[in-house]
Amino acid sequence: MDYSYYPGCSLHSTGKEYGESVEVVSRALGLKLHELDDWSCCGATSAHSTNFELSVALPARNLAIAEKRGLDVMIPCAACYNRFKSAQHSLAQDSDLKNNISKSLDDDYSGSAVIRSPIDIFHQDVGLESLEEKVVKKLKGLKPVSYYGCLWLRPPEICGFDDTENPIMLDEMLTSLGAESRNWSFKTDCCGGSLTISKTELVENMVDRLMRMAREAGANCLVTACPLCMANLDMRAHEDVQLPTFYFTELIALAMGLEGPENWLGLHNIDPLPLIKSLKLL
Amino acid sequence: MGSFLEDVNKQINGVDLQNCYHCQKCSSGCPMAAAMDFKPNEIIRMVQMGQRDLLLRSSAIWLCASCETCVTRCPNAVDIPRMIDILRVMSLDAGVVPHDREVIQFHESFLGTVKRGGRVNEPIMIATYKLKTGTYLKDVGVGFKMFLKGKLSLFSPRTKNRKAIRRIFSSTAKS
Ligand code: SF4
Ligand code: SF4
Repeated sequence: MDYSYYPGCSLHSTGKEYGESVEVVSRALGLKLHELDDWSCCGATSAHSTNFELSVALPARNLAIAEKRGLDVMIPCAACYNRFKSAQHSLAQDSDLKNNISKSLDDDYSGSAVIRSPIDIFHQDVGLESLEEKVVKKLKGLKPVSYYGCLWLRPPEICGFDDTENPIMLDEMLTSLGAESRNWSFKTDCCGGSLTISKTELVENMVDRLMRMAREAGANCLVTACPLCMANLDMRAHEDVQLPTFYFTELIALAMGLEGPENWLGLHNIDPLPLIKSLKLL
Repeated sequence: MGSFLEDVNKQINGVDLQNCYHCQKCSSGCPMAAAMDFKPNEIIRMVQMGQRDLLLRSSAIWLCASCETCVTRCPNAVDIPRMIDILRVMSLDAGVVPHDREVIQFHESFLGTVKRGGRVNEPIMIATYKLKTGTYLKDVGVGFKMFLKGKLSLFSPRTKNRKAIRRIFSSTAKS
């Protein structure tokens, strides 16, 4: 199976271990990723907060590049995914906007690219059964809560995820890996990621609350599929409530016995290795 | 030029703000409401009442985390995050100096690196932000740790076709 691949800026820096684990796991699952030629930033929150046209034009450039190849586009970063989906939606709704923005692009934009998350691709295209078949080391004793956050899910008519209030794809994948997934009602609460640098104190409270609720649900870790949530959860929690957070792809790699997890986990701020070693998973 | 309300509705280009019946579901589920000077449904009310100046100076419009919870749950599909983005742009255009300047300075630093390199270079973006805000010491420990771990690199790859990026910025720039 072939996909176009848009890593986005975070996956080369703060989300480095996410980028690497997405690529390693995709390869092991038989997916071929083709990085978009000369891609550029999606503009993130900063563009849509200050200039609507710019926030549409930046993703549109990448979508136009993707259309040339015609493959589904895998976007592992929730923030990029949300910006791409929103831009595509706005351009489909407003033909004047589409005409104006098309003029500033080198490639033709029609709106035909199919934008997808790796969660959806692994869950739907690969499937839970094939995933389970490839597990060589069950993640026994790992009790994760799945944390989806905002940007994969909302607004629902634009994002098109499985369920806005109670998504389950990550939970199901973790169960297939042999983890003892915990249920909780904070899966889709906001962690404040977009204000983590400018409004740190406010955000610390939001993150602490998530950590406390995860503990209350009996979890020993959190699992995310977003580099912004990860940076926030991993750096803004106070010491007394901290739990390690994993990218779901790191855990898939671990369960499949692939190379990489030891290096990736060493990049985290809240050290997940004591937990992983105590469960004899590494 | 129409009224403030008409102006905002026109830009929302979807569900008009008059459809809000002030059930406050948005404000009760908003993660930032406690820190805001005006709650999400109050912002709607103020747009309806033409309280333009007060709103454009408010901290609420910069504290919204764009989590989209409110619009997802609103029984009338009122797009509050879009309304807030519109108010932000109006506030910038009006040259208002808000309480929460650092949020805007962050956006400027971020888009500045995109404009120059096509992609975000995080260390340079953060350094610019720190120069703008004078918050040199905040988060230095965290940043240094990431630098040592090889996560933050000063030389991350850029977009080659920078002309295309400049064109996008110039054609969407406001006159
Ligand atoms: S939830 Fe919708 S209808 Fe209710 S107060 Fe908020 S915007 Fe108005
Ligand atoms: S999008 Fe903004 S206003 Fe709406 S719930 Fe989230 S933080 Fe509150």
